[in-house]
Amino acid sequence: MEMDKKLVIPGDFLSDDAKQADEGTYVENGKVFSSVFGIASLKDRIRVVPLSGKYIPRAGDMVIGVIKEIAFSNWIVDIRSPYEGLLHISEFPRRIESADMPKYLNIGESIMTLVRDVDANMKVELTLNDQRLRPVKEGRVIEVTPSKVPRLIGRGGSMIAMLKNETGCNIFIGQNGRVWITGKDKGMDLAARAILKIERETHISGLTDRITRFLKEEKGGKPKEKEPEKEEPEKIETAPAEQEEKQEEETEPLPAEEEKVKEHKPGGILDELLGNGK
Amino acid sequence: MTKPEKLIENGIRLDGRKPDELRPIKIKVGVLNRADGSCYFEFGGNKVIAAVYGPREVHPRHMQKSTSAVVRYRYNMASFSVEERKRPGPDRRSIEVSKVSREALEPVIFQEYFPRSAIDIFVEVLQADAGTRTAGINAASIALADAGIPMKSLVSACAAGKIDDTVVLDLNKDEDNYGQADMPIAMTPEGNITLLQMDGHLTRDEFGEAFELAKNGCKAIYELQRAALMEKYASQMEGDVIE
Repeated sequence: MEMDKKLVIPGDFLSDDAKQADEGTYVENGKVFSSVFGIASLKDRIRVVPLSGKYIPRAGDMVIGVIKEIAFSNWIVDIRSPYEGLLHISEFPRRIESADMPKYLNIGESIMTLVRDVDANMKVELTLNDQRLRPVKEGRVIEVTPSKVPRLIGRGGSMIAMLKNETGCNIFIGQNGRVWITGKDKGMDLAARAILKIERETHISGLTDRITRFLKEEKGGKPKEKEPEKEEPEKIETAPAEQEEKQEEETEPLPAEEEKVKEHKPGGILDELLGNGK
Repeated sequence: MTKPEKLIENGIRLDGRKPDELRPIKIKVGVLNRADGSCYFEFGGNKVIAAVYGPREVHPRHMQKSTSAVVRYRYNMASFSVEERKRPGPDRRSIEVSKVSREALEPVIFQEYFPRSAIDIFVEVLQADAGTRTAGINAASIALADAGIPMKSLVSACAAGKIDDTVVLDLNKDEDNYGQADMPIAMTPEGNITLLQMDGHLTRDEFGEAFELAKNGCKAIYELQRAALMEKYASQMEGDVIE
């Protein structure tokens, strides 16, 4: 762990400079204390990244949600938070009738969605009107602690870029800690294992190097003994994560699908949603 | 057990402790996978487990507060936790203990950060030996920190009392049964008292003495609580690669 970082518990004194107080801290009598159990960084701003905790939605966050209910004109979406997300019918990329809602998005289906607004009562409004969004129809979704999402992405996206590169998978990380992986089975297994390893070891220094080494080793040592177990669709390590979508295993058009995810086709999400409509 | 002739002799208690000595404490953080935060706490003969869930949606809905989280605390004794089988389910005593324990923790929790949500704390007593409410509060405060819930500080709790006209720290079962007074307190490391109860009789001076004793006990427990939380992650930090 770097010198300017340390493990703190709630109530630990951090600094006399109240102006520098940031997330995970509170100020009392001009002094800054930690409000959570986590890793404090004292460089620049004083903040504490909690080691655990729930996702609290903020406007602008991209998250992965699961439709859990269909109300009159809203989809009620589980976004892995104390607060449910509301996706209003008018936030669907096309004008649809209320009665047709289950045709386009039914209960149990997963979506990438954008938090449009969160009000003071923690009413969370979601939208699908964004070209970056996709319905989650293939691949797998695993869950990590939301506070560890920044480490998973890495500085300037370095960690996630490396992961994508090494595993040949496309990976989307929702701010709510749901991670969507698409690609070949072996790649997805490796990516899932690497992500869960990152989650476990966020607080140990030299993370990027260690993950790079891990991926290299796993790929290098594969042909011998790792091969047979890799064929199994679900590894134990992915068990804690929800596998929300039925996996379209062994269907080869996956690379093509992956392309589609990368490219910003005009009306991409709409096409996919409509394609989904039965 | 019938009442022993003496509970304390030459400054040594029945279990061999000095008047200002705590019973041995053992703490383990994160013992439950399902819970957001958890803690196992041994306090002499007391064995308790605390689980924290939340913040999460409030059910039933009408309990929710629009500007802050609701904190719910359930203290429960296992039927096998005491010598005579305890009839399962909430009773007068456990409802009271739940209430005062909740109020002992509420002042440190930043409830206003999570409007319309609930923070649920469950404390199960597996084995009781006087002082289960303090053991429960100690465990619950660690479990809250483990769950990542923002707090002003931890809360530590312990009791002091009077046996054979001597003020002592941390009464055990016999001392509680046959002693003259039992006074559990809970406090933050800065010394803010969040729980103060008393059963029995103490003079004003004895109260002061017992209070100081209990405060020192809380400070000692705080250090153990802190160490337990640190240990959960420090062990991983030393070794470089854990596979």
